[in-house]
Amino acid sequence: MRTIIRRSAAPAAIALTLALGACAQGSATRTDDAAATGGPVTVRYMNFSANGGHEQDLDAIKSAFESANPDIKIQLETVPYDDYFTKLQTAVAGGTASDAFELNYENFVTYSSNGSLAALKDVDGSAYKPSLLEAFSADGTQYGLPESFSNVVLFYNKDLFAEAGVDEPTADWTWADEKAAAEKLTDKKKGVWGDYQPISFFEYYKAVAQAGGEFVSPDGSAAAFDSDAGRAAAEWLVGKSGTTMPMEADGAGTPDFDSKLFKDGKLAMWHTGIWMFGGMADAPFDWDIVVEPGDTTKASAMFTNGAVVNAQSKNQEAAQKWVTFLTSSDEMVQKRLETSWELPPVADESQLASYLDTGEPKNRQAVFDSLDATVLPPVIERQQEMQDAVDKQLGDAAAGRTPVDEAVAKAAKAVDALLK
Amino acid sequence: MSVVGALRPTRRPSAGGASRAGGARGSAWRNRGWVLLFLAPSAIPLLMFTVLPMLGSVWVSLHSWNLISPMRWVGLDNYRGLLDDPTTRHVFRNTLLYCLGYLPLVYAGGLGLALALNQRLRGRSLFRAAFFLPVVTSWVVVALVWKWLLNPSNGLVNTVLGAVGLPQPGWWTDPTWALPAVILSSAWKDLGFVMVIMLAGLQAIPADVLEAARADGANAWQRFWRITLPLLSPSTFFVVVISLINGFQVFDQVYVMTGGGPSGASQVVVGQIYDLTFRYGRAGEASALSWLLFAVILLITAVQIRGQKRWVHHA
Repeated sequence: MRTIIRRSAAPAAIALTLALGACAQGSATRTDDAAATGGPVTVRYMNFSANGGHEQDLDAIKSAFESANPDIKIQLETVPYDDYFTKLQTAVAGGTASDAFELNYENFVTYSSNGSLAALKDVDGSAYKPSLLEAFSADGTQYGLPESFSNVVLFYNKDLFAEAGVDEPTADWTWADEKAAAEKLTDKKKGVWGDYQPISFFEYYKAVAQAGGEFVSPDGSAAAFDSDAGRAAAEWLVGKSGTTMPMEADGAGTPDFDSKLFKDGKLAMWHTGIWMFGGMADAPFDWDIVVEPGDTTKASAMFTNGAVVNAQSKNQEAAQKWVTFLTSSDEMVQKRLETSWELPPVADESQLASYLDTGEPKNRQAVFDSLDATVLPPVIERQQEMQDAVDKQLGDAAAGRTPVDEAVAKAAKAVDALLK
Repeated sequence: MSVVGALRPTRRPSAGGASRAGGARGSAWRNRGWVLLFLAPSAIPLLMFTVLPMLGSVWVSLHSWNLISPMRWVGLDNYRGLLDDPTTRHVFRNTLLYCLGYLPLVYAGGLGLALALNQRLRGRSLFRAAFFLPVVTSWVVVALVWKWLLNPSNGLVNTVLGAVGLPQPGWWTDPTWALPAVILSSAWKDLGFVMVIMLAGLQAIPADVLEAARADGANAWQRFWRITLPLLSPSTFFVVVISLINGFQVFDQVYVMTGGGPSGASQVVVGQIYDLTFRYGRAGEASALSWLLFAVILLITAVQIRGQKRWVHHA
């Protein structure tokens, strides 16, 4: 027995030394121990909305916060939107998620209902637009603060309209006007397309509303788009593919395809969000925006992002301070307006006045006019599966693999199954 | 005690195989502390990142779990649900089709290359290295290059096909062609691996057997069918087993090239496991699906190992 112990002792001692060495290294890089030592607290914040051009703007807000709160350090982590929710889910599951993080409205329900968000204490709600504040509460508890909002408008290339001798779009346009103009503007020989609108869930639920329909039944128990309005909306999107709009085989739907096409001056009309203003500022032609045309009624897509505090964070108080600053400070409002980022969620709309004359496009009033009739994305617990199911059926219809009516019926059936 | 001292056999091995083996085993046992220490760098990661997660996935497969909320016991419901779900059949069917397309292509191609490069050619080492290079290249890089080559509107392949007047398939935008596109790129990448195994097999064929056949008047064709191919059967067996196991686990190239699309036409089992876990937060069903896949691979491999007696000749 003694020899067994002796023979195992030396290797065991080496193994132990190595293991301890590894642990010591590990803990030196951990951030949450700082609180215990009384030094400045580090709050980690993960987000997607600064990605792709607004990293420095978020950095500026962080610096402003740190000089106002010298005892708190912010560590930013910016992740591209496409990877963000996979990464977040894994991090939350593994207990390594940041102290505070960004959530869009569509994913807020999933996270607030599974207990991963900390309830915020003593929130001063007066700073926020009430409807947006409401969007980040659940069962009367405020689990997040609205951070920004944005909407989708119709971008158009003024030079192409002039060249083709077509009247520019106005706020009174309907689908029929858009279609007629798109047909005249499309010149496949020159590689110029009249229109671009992604054939996807995010365009579809809005088009259903524009056609006067509903996506889900009022009690949220079943899909409601297998209707005349739902079919009209699908027909509207799918009908563009290959006639006035590039098809999947032309590259449509691949990343940056549409923004590149518009910037190259090869696209006359483009349905996209106001977050593209910055990227198009240096386009070498004249362009402007207008409220999206509707069918029987106007409806504009509105998106909102919020900032939340991780329920597992050891620095919840500091994290809430940062989240509050990030969503309501004057520095944030200023930065968002001057850089044409997504709009700040402030209650006092007079603060937004400077946005109207910050530069291209000229008709920024359309951004606010769009807010008169907005529609938020339908949200269910199995959100991603619903989006994928609708995308798949619309894609099949656009490629001519499934008749439009059948695709709508199949999508509705799939959504029904997810709501059960 | 020094390391060298610890490793030196304490007893001189005596003559005779049996006692020599016994001595080696004995010293391994006496030095088990050191043996474990030197095994640890590979054993501990294997245990932590392969064995334990594997065992854990049995537990997860019996629960409903979105990775974040607490797990809920559902017994065998996940397995039942998967067996009823047409998507499961669809992804297994696609995976099987992939294997059926991939295996003959990679085997015939690899064997052909091995035969060609077993000749005395000028610069054959260079060719061998060149064909082996894709095997050690990252799948993400290879898949991106192939995606670019097979771009339906302006890729090199379709440009060439168009120039010679052939139809230009919509590779990754057309459901009919998405899986063939993946098969083509996979076969290209793995050709080198099969080639190396086959080259080794070819070099193990005794020259005198071929010599005797030649003396008996067998022509090249007969020598290939009657001697080379049967004597290559152990290598063939190895390639078929390994390629099928890898084929059933195909993922990277699908994920990068088609994302399982268009319209699910190229979705494979592992792709579905990934989507279920990380896209839809259905880790329980994903774990159950991995065990179904494991069962299928085990079954196919067992059948092959039993069946080998009929056709594998050991020289």
